Amino acid sequence: MTKTLLSVRNLRIEFPTRRGTLVAVDDVSFDIMPGEVLGVVGESGAGKSLTGTAIIGLIEPPGRIGAGEILLNGERIDDLPSERMRRIRGRRIGMVFQDPLTSLNPLYRIGHQLIETILTHTAMDRTAARRRALALLAEVGIPAPDARIDNYPHQFSGGMRQRVVLALALAANPELIIADEPTTALDVSVQAQIIALLKRLCRDHRTAVMLITHDMGVIAETADRVAVMYAGRIVEIGAVRDVVKSPRHPYTIGLMGSIPKPDVDTPRLTQIPGSMPRLTAMPPGCAFHPRCPQAFAPCAARRPNLKPHGNAEVACWLFEPGAETCG
Amino acid sequence: MTRPAGGLAALFDNDLVHSFLHSKVTMVAALVTLAIVLAAAFAPWIAPHDPFDLRQLSLLDSHLPPAWAPDGDRRFLLGTDDQGRDVLSAILYGARISLGVGGLSVALAAALGIVLGLVAGYAGGAVDSLIMRAADVQLTFPAILIALLIDGTMRALSGEARNEETAFWVLVLSIGLSSWVQYARTVRGSTLVEKNKDYVLAARLIGLSPTSILFRHVLPNVMGPVLVIATINFGLAIILEATLSFLGVGLPPTQPSLGTLISIGNKFLFAGEWWIAIFPGATLAGLVLAINLLGDWLRDALNPKLR
Amino acid sequence: MLAFLVRRALQALLVLLVVALIAFTLFRFVGDPINQMVGLETTAAERAQLREALGLNDPVVVQFGRFVWHALHLDFGVSYQFKQPVVALIGERLPATIELAFVSALFALLLGIPMGVHTALNRGSWLSTLLLTVSLVGISLPVFLTGILLIFIFAVTLGVLPSFGRGEVVRVGFWTTGLLTASGLRAIVLPAVTLGLFQLTLIMRLVRSEMLEVLRTDYIKFARARGLTDRAINFGHALKNTLVPVITIVGLQLGSVIAFAIITETVFQWPGMGLLFLIAVQNADIPVMAAYLLLVAAIFVTINLIVDLLYAIIDPRIRVEARSA
Repeated sequence: MTKTLLSVRNLRIEFPTRRGTLVAVDDVSFDIMPGEVLGVVGESGAGKSLTGTAIIGLIEPPGRIGAGEILLNGERIDDLPSERMRRIRGRRIGMVFQDPLTSLNPLYRIGHQLIETILTHTAMDRTAARRRALALLAEVGIPAPDARIDNYPHQFSGGMRQRVVLALALAANPELIIADEPTTALDVSVQAQIIALLKRLCRDHRTAVMLITHDMGVIAETADRVAVMYAGRIVEIGAVRDVVKSPRHPYTIGLMGSIPKPDVDTPRLTQIPGSMPRLTAMPPGCAFHPRCPQAFAPCAARRPNLKPHGNAEVACWLFEPGAETCG
Repeated sequence: MTRPAGGLAALFDNDLVHSFLHSKVTMVAALVTLAIVLAAAFAPWIAPHDPFDLRQLSLLDSHLPPAWAPDGDRRFLLGTDDQGRDVLSAILYGARISLGVGGLSVALAAALGIVLGLVAGYAGGAVDSLIMRAADVQLTFPAILIALLIDGTMRALSGEARNEETAFWVLVLSIGLSSWVQYARTVRGSTLVEKNKDYVLAARLIGLSPTSILFRHVLPNVMGPVLVIATINFGLAIILEATLSFLGVGLPPTQPSLGTLISIGNKFLFAGEWWIAIFPGATLAGLVLAINLLGDWLRDALNPKLR
Repeated sequence: MLAFLVRRALQALLVLLVVALIAFTLFRFVGDPINQMVGLETTAAERAQLREALGLNDPVVVQFGRFVWHALHLDFGVSYQFKQPVVALIGERLPATIELAFVSALFALLLGIPMGVHTALNRGSWLSTLLLTVSLVGISLPVFLTGILLIFIFAVTLGVLPSFGRGEVVRVGFWTTGLLTASGLRAIVLPAVTLGLFQLTLIMRLVRSEMLEVLRTDYIKFARARGLTDRAINFGHALKNTLVPVITIVGLQLGSVIAFAIITETVFQWPGMGLLFLIAVQNADIPVMAAYLLLVAAIFVTINLIVDLLYAIIDPRIRVEARSA
């Protein structure tokens, strides 16, 4: 049986403030297998980016990991000294962010930034590093890499920049890439290209991807499995086909209903009334119950945990074995 | 359509008060400033002597060191200068003048800058260009140069009969005119932003006059940054006045500010009579330091990015 | 790039013209030039003659033109007090001020930048707290007070450094320098430190705040995510990005250094342009004031232009923008 690449167990990320400790990510657990694409979907503020940032060890104080473990290939990485964590970053876990323009240092040529990254993680010399940089640029689809390697970031278009960012993230051949909203800042026409590129690259390099996005469509296209996050918790997790075709959690159902489907005639898109609760005003029990059309007695009282149901896992009292449901 | 809640209402919400009470340094700074301001305001009543009453002065009392020194006299706590003037009293009266010039010049600069900024931002076009060009030209020069220039021009204009009574107002004018630009720029920027907002449009549709819109609607939204600028400006104005007085082109020895006192005391440093210069100097430095600390705290407390 | 420079140069010219206008107004209309030049015995008829001969009855525009023309030839008339050509007076004292400004700026940069970097990278350390506190005091102390304190400590109490004058100077061509003699070097220490202290404070705080801003950017976050070393991030990326805006602001500060030199020169009786200007203000010596104004404006404007040019060279984004402008 293949060994799990990344294992997140009961992760809790909190922010001490003068009004008390706010819990932004609450008891989140999931696994990622080598080469797998796990989508993490949810509204802004659901805690998806924070989870990704925690995995790569870049949570900014006062935020901190309050509880839980993060294991890479069986070894804990959440409590490593900073120098050891630094060596993991880029080399074993990479991360790309939303806005490619601000992700690149405007004062350095992209060749310089690529070569610097390569040299940090490998024992090559400069000439070899430059060759590798050129190869990477070609691989991500930058035309005429020889000419463009000495360009500055602002000389590239948005889509090209994101390709460069991907090249940088893959430079040291990490086993896992955390992609935090990689297409949100791009034109719609370019988004598809970048997603396709990401898929191809990860397949070719056998890199696992944690794809964080609020765009369910991207997940449906790209991911193998998907985790749906709401208010810092995972409410449903399973194979993409299952979750998309037969969503179980009422929130997931709402999400699916809000995606326009060109081949299906829907009179109106579903809209989930209300909005996600603020961290300072988290409802008791299930965080979604105030907005849930199917809420009933236990929902306000106790928080549901992820339980297997069919091929997926759902955190909802509706699916608790033995629970009485009305629909 | 609701009017955006901004400006003064937001100023006094809990975060500000909380951050104030949490910072010991800021509280001390505020206390010091308050103490000096009050002492200066009530100087005529609390000063042990009147340093300008020629009848009270006696040359026999001159050059006395502070009370705790061997030759000191209990009547003159901080010593006396070459004319027999009590240094402590001189400091109280001097602080009064320094704060007076500082405060009034800030008021002038703020008033001028706010009005020009509002007009430039709201009117746009040629008016805006003109005001901003003037601002640019003035910004090329440091405030002290401009203040010196205005001061020198006034002197030349009044010819030989240099009126010592007008020195106070000449200073207020020079310093005030040299510092309006910061206010104007900030206010203009905010006006440009607010101008396009719906509530301004609505106000115009109702038929409110531009002046009314500007002062009742746009201005409150701009007061936060203006307050920060004013605080920092206050410290700078006091320093500028002290500098001008020290250089001999500010307040004369007949109504000395802290700067003038320091320049008088400077002459006696070599003779070892340090108290005449050092005590006013310490007061000046302490005052400006306290104001700067307040300004720093205010800026951080009102900065939306840090909240 | 060329268009960009030309635009900037034209703006600079505009500023100079406005300043020239102000200087001319001062020169011509504040006080009466004739009264300043002649004694009490001169008759009214002779004054009228003089007025005509000097072209003081010509249309204002013509007089302004003449003023500008003379200014370009460095002819600013004669000082009311000293009865000498203004240009000679200024020229004699220019080197002293320039040297002082230069040494003080060097002092401020060499100490200020490392201090700023340290306080940005080591936010909690005792050294940072100390430096920040001292910097706050530095901003609050007026330049003249710093000078007096330094004189009191080093000249009066300890007696190790001189409290006034420039020491021995060496004449090199048209320039006089105090940097080549021992007494000259000793004499420049206290004034340079006085003038440099407020700059140092400013630079330190500026570098600190810029660096803190830079360290919060996405590209630094991405650099960290790529596993670059702290050294590479702090000194390779962050520092370079910090220094770019810092250079601009420092360059623009050079102008105010020349202004503050007035104060420093007064405290230390340093024989520079600033002291000359101050004496002119005290005595309503309009020609000197006007000339100083123009000269200083020219210096400021040139510095601004150079800084713009430097910025364009360093920041590749502006280079491209300028090219496409």
